[in-house]
Parts: sequence; C-alpha cells; structure tokens
Amino acid sequence: MKKRVLICAGTGCVSSGSMKVTDSLISRVKEKGLEDSLQVVATGCHGFCEQGPIVIVEPEDIFYCRVQEKDLDEIVEKTLIGGEVVDRLLFEDPIRKEKAKTFHEVDFYSKQQRLVLRNCGHINPENIDEYLNKDGYAALGKVLGGMDREAVIEEVKKSGLRGRGGAGFPTGLKWEFTYKAESEKKYVVCNADEGDPGAFMDRSVLEGDPHAVIEGMLICGYAIGADEGYVYVRAEYPLAIKRLKVAIQQAEERGYLGQNILGSGFNFKLKIKAGAGAFVCGEETALLTSIEGNRGMPRVRPPFPAVKGLWGKPTNINNVETFANVPVIFRNGAEWYAGIGTEKSKGTKVFAVTGKVNNTGLAEVPMGITLRKIIFDIAGGIKGGKEFKAVQIGGPSGGCLPAELLDLPVDYDSLTQAGAMMGSGGLVVMDSSTCMVDLARFFLNFTQKESCGKCTPCREGTKRMLEILIRITEGKGKEEDIEILKRLGTNVKKTALCGLGQTAPNPILSTLRYFEHEYLVHIRDKKCPAGVCKELIRYRINQDLCNGCTVCAKNCPAGAISGSLKQPHTIEQDKCTRCGVCITKCKRGAVYLA
Amino acid sequence: MCQCCAQEAMADPKKEKLDEVLAKYKGQKGAMIPVLQEAQEIYGYLPEEVMVEIGKSLEIPVSKVYGVATFYAQFHLKPRGRNIVRVCLGTACHVRGGAKILEKIEEALKIKDGETTEDLKFTIESVACIGACGLAPVIMVNDNTHGRLTPDVVSKILAQYQ
Repeated sequence: MKKRVLICAGTGCVSSGSMKVTDSLISRVKEKGLEDSLQVVATGCHGFCEQGPIVIVEPEDIFYCRVQEKDLDEIVEKTLIGGEVVDRLLFEDPIRKEKAKTFHEVDFYSKQQRLVLRNCGHINPENIDEYLNKDGYAALGKVLGGMDREAVIEEVKKSGLRGRGGAGFPTGLKWEFTYKAESEKKYVVCNADEGDPGAFMDRSVLEGDPHAVIEGMLICGYAIGADEGYVYVRAEYPLAIKRLKVAIQQAEERGYLGQNILGSGFNFKLKIKAGAGAFVCGEETALLTSIEGNRGMPRVRPPFPAVKGLWGKPTNINNVETFANVPVIFRNGAEWYAGIGTEKSKGTKVFAVTGKVNNTGLAEVPMGITLRKIIFDIAGGIKGGKEFKAVQIGGPSGGCLPAELLDLPVDYDSLTQAGAMMGSGGLVVMDSSTCMVDLARFFLNFTQKESCGKCTPCREGTKRMLEILIRITEGKGKEEDIEILKRLGTNVKKTALCGLGQTAPNPILSTLRYFEHEYLVHIRDKKCPAGVCKELIRYRINQDLCNGCTVCAKNCPAGAISGSLKQPHTIEQDKCTRCGVCITKCKRGAVYLA
Repeated sequence: MCQCCAQEAMADPKKEKLDEVLAKYKGQKGAMIPVLQEAQEIYGYLPEEVMVEIGKSLEIPVSKVYGVATFYAQFHLKPRGRNIVRVCLGTACHVRGGAKILEKIEEALKIKDGETTEDLKFTIESVACIGACGLAPVIMVNDNTHGRLTPDVVSKILAQYQ
C-alpha cells in the first residue's frame, strides 16, 4: 500500500506554518525519489488546531503535532524511509503524560464519534475523487435512483435530525413545509454565516469536506422541488470560500451539479454569496434580505421562509452542519441515525471547545453526553491544573453554566431549561480568572454593536443593559441594578423581533442565575474577585518578596513604579493604569492583585 | 464631454475595471453586495463617486447604495492602510487576553482601533471572531493568521509588514 502523508491545510494549521511544511516535504520527497511510493496530501481541518501543524502518516496513522520545517529531515529519514516513529513529535496526553503513537490513541479523538467530521483531515478537500472514494455522493445516488420526494422527507423526519444552527427546529418538518408550499420556483439556502464568536465547526466542514455540504443541499433540493441554491458564507472565511468554489466546479464537471443530475432529470445549480460582515445575517430572514442585496435586517415571521423566502419564493434554509448530516442519514439509514443520541435530540453535535482547557479544538459527540465528559475526557481538563469555574455554551445567544451543572446532558432541551442554548455549539471554558460580570458585559457589548436597530426592544434594550453592566464593572453599580437587569432582560427576550434580540439577554440572565454573588461583590464591596475589572483592582508589591531588581519599574508604561536598586519597590496607585505588565514581568511573584 | 475629460476617463485603469465589474453584474438579481465588494477590491475603499456610479449602473438610488455600504462592517468609506491588522476579540480570544494584544498593537502603531496610520501602511480593525479559536489569541494581517500570541511578539509580527 502506498504511504500517505496527510498535512492539515485548515486555517489554524496554515497560520502555524503548514503550507511551508507541505511544500518543503514535497520537494524532499522528490529529491529522495520517493514519489512512487509516497503521496503528500493537503487536507482540511483536523479540529485540533492548537497542536498544529498536524501531520498524519498512513497507513500506520502516526500522529505528529506542531511539526515545523526543521523536523522534516528526521521525519523523512526515520519514518518515511526507516519506518520508525519520531518520539519527540508525538502528542503527549496532558494528564497521563503518555505519548500517543497513532491518532487513535489520542483521547481527544478516540472519545469522539465523528460522523460530520469523518472526512475532515483525512481527504484532500480539493479533489472530488477522494470524497467519492469515501462513499461520497452515494447518498445522492440512492435518493435520485428511485426514492420519491415524500419518502426522502419521511426519512429525514424519521432520523430525528434537528437544525444545528441554534434553535433546533426539526429538519424534516422544515423540508416538508417548503415541499408543500406551491410555487414554480423554490430555493435551498445554506447558512454558512458562522458568526458566533468561539464557534468554528462550519468553517472546518467547509474547508475539510465541502462536498458533504453540497450533497446535503442537493438531496434537500430534490426533496422540496428546488433547482437553485445559495451558500451564504461569511467574508471572514476566505479559505472556506475558495475550497467551496473548487468543490462546486468539480461537482459540475462530474455531473453532480447542473442539468439532469445522474440521469434523473433533476436539475440544480449552486452559487456562493460572500457575506459582508454583519452578525445579524446569521438570522435566516436577515440572511435572505442580504442575499437580495439589501441591508441585512430581519423580517417579521410569519410568513416563514418556507412559504415566502428568497425573492418571495419558498425557501429552505439550514446551516452547514445540518446539511453535512444529511448524506450520513441516507447512507446509513434513518433508524441507525436515530439510534444515536437522546430521545428528542438525535445524532451527534460538533462542539468547538476553547478557552482554558488543555486541548482546544472540535469535538463531535453523541447528543446527551455530559459537559464533564466533553471538558475533562476529550478536552483534557483545565489548563494549568486550575479549577473549573463555568462554561459558556452557545455563543452570545447562550448562557454560562456553573460547576454544579457539569453532569448536565448536552441536548437541546436540557440546555434551554438550564438557561443556556445549544446555539451553534461554541463551548468556552473558564477558570477562576474569568469575571462573570465582565463576560456578560463582553457579550452585551457584542450584541449591542451587532443589533441592526430595526426593533426597539433590541436596539434600546441591549444598549441600556450594557450601560448598567459597564457601571457595575466600574464599581458604580447600585443594588437595584440587578432587578432592573432581570426585568429588562426578560422583556427584551419576549418582545424582540428576531433571534438576535430574543437571546441577547441570555448571558446576563444566566450569569445572574448562577453567579449573582459575583455581581453583588462588584456592587457592594466594589471588588472584582477574578481580578479582571480594571477599575476595581489594585496591583501591589509584596515588600518581603521584592528584591529590587527594577524589572517592573523599567517595563511599567505609566512610570508608576518607584524604588531604588535592591530595595523593595512600590506602585503609585494614582499613576497605575492596571495594564498588568508588572505582574507578568516579575520573576519572583512579588506583584499581586488586591 | 470634451475630448480631454474623455481621455482622462479612458486612462484610469481603476475606472476601467469598475466598468467591467458593472457590466458583469448588469441586470443580475441581488448584485449590490458583490459589486460593492469588487469595487472595494479595486479602490481599497468605497469613494463617493464610485457609489454614485454603482447606483446609476444598477438603477438603485445612491441613498440605498450608501445604506448598504454603511450597514456591513466589511465596507469602508475612507482610504485604508495597505496592511489590515484584524485583531480578534471573540470569546475565546477575550478569555485568553485578546484585549492586551490590541493594546499592544495600538501602542506599536500609535493609532487606535479603527484608525489608519498617516503613511497609509496599517489599519487596525477589531473583529468579533475569525474562527481560529484553537489558537487564541489571534490576529489576522491581510490574509495571514497569526496565533498563540503574547504581547511581546506583536512588534515582531508587525515588522514583517513594514
């Protein structure tokens, strides 16, 4: 069997230098005359970006991480020619301190169940043949080869698939509504406007396995009776747009897109629309307004897009991950798929686990798994052995959950009950150094900026809530602010026009629900326990520990530190800007927060 | 039009490119945003006269063109630097100290977020998330992503683009 060297060419690994590694390896392989026995493949994202650039050697599945150009000679000599493993490039488990030889031994991967991400990192996304070799377009063949449209919709309904973009609406039902809407022209739209900060699974799927999304959209188009589709990709993802363009072109050349697809008489054309930077466009009606070339503001629903969507025609919108699930369902059968997950949340969900964990990256797990398993078993626990404080789930629309809820099963309904939301699946893990009031302020600052201004509750409500939060973080909070925040938040939730406004108060309401004491400490004691809110912290120097090395004084941009050489230094509080440089520069740990 | 103006118009390669773009999208539905994107690609920003031209060609009132251009974060009505430094302040970067990276960049370039240096070399833009959360904190200079940053490596990265 021909050896294959897979090098990740996703956004994360590219920024860590994987392109250089790839080019350089290709030229070394040529030099050594190994081209016939060895193939170098640039793949999509492996979802373990922090360890990039990632290199996998097949068929042994040897897993090397953080590979740089200087490591290549050793890899070529030892592994590719000699068949040995280069020990120092292997991944070391952050807890067990054991080296993993193959990626199957890496907990981060072995404890996942990868359906949507199955091909990501294992095929060259710019070569349709590699997708075809992995049963690509087989589901489409099955659908077009004799299933009628009702049967296709029935199959999706039976699978129990729910929208992966946030709200979790049953996908089969959505398709049925659009199917039943009478019109000569219908559209399929893929929402790839992944705007939630902290989520990047859609980017990875588009970069790593674009054909899976195209195949899902084709099946949808056939089922609902649409002959045209759009993928709305956010402008911040240039690589995803490029890969998708290549994929569409190759699918057209092979007859998977265009006229009379696979001889079935079904026609479908697919276009890409690049977003222009507006978070609200992730909301489906705003997205449609944006494709039409207008300011991306949401419309009142009903009528829902299934009845009156793009250019007034019935339109089915699903997000990237939802579409990528569709071929899996048709290849393995709806019953098989429905066997994964919980009673009401079927299948898997991809989470982007980031923040203060050892292994940041994409984790695809069956629905219903606990937060603890994701954070501790897959993501390797908290960095630096610190204590877990909270996890923010679902981005700006989601909420913060405390340690008491670590055993909560992760499914749509449990999360909503706990005051959070599946959202797009961002999981930002926080330790004691994150201030919950500051975090709520951070999210409100985001939603307030991104509010399109069309409806009053969102436009005014987010602004007022943000003002109160800023006041609290500056030590000017009042006791009654907590009640005002609760009332305002609840009202905005009930009255805002679209999903952005309806969920914007979630970060505040959930932190108030689980971390109200932290708000109170800010308001009553004028202190920030996490040491984040600048107005409420003081840096001081421990006079016993300071040996007067003067490093802090030299680095202080405000000139606020005084003291003579070899004598303990002091910080003048009036001059101090609380930038924290001194605490990072002091080698003796003499600077502390008070 | 007098001869000299006509010649001047002919000699402007940017205008020629813009005309090509406008011809390509003529009569297409939903063309406004792609046209604005390509126009900005040509000019580096969206000058007023370009928006007027786009409105004429697409038969859309200039007020609407302006409305769209000012709605989206991607469009700019003022000239920008040759290098765009996008500093991610998304959740993952926020938790890992993205704000300190921004401070450092502002200090190094002596401009604030959203501003352009006088020599038109750099523009700083804070963004909500560039989807490279695994490498937080990150910045993107033009199309290159730089990750796992600490405040002290910032000036070294900027120096590559001087």
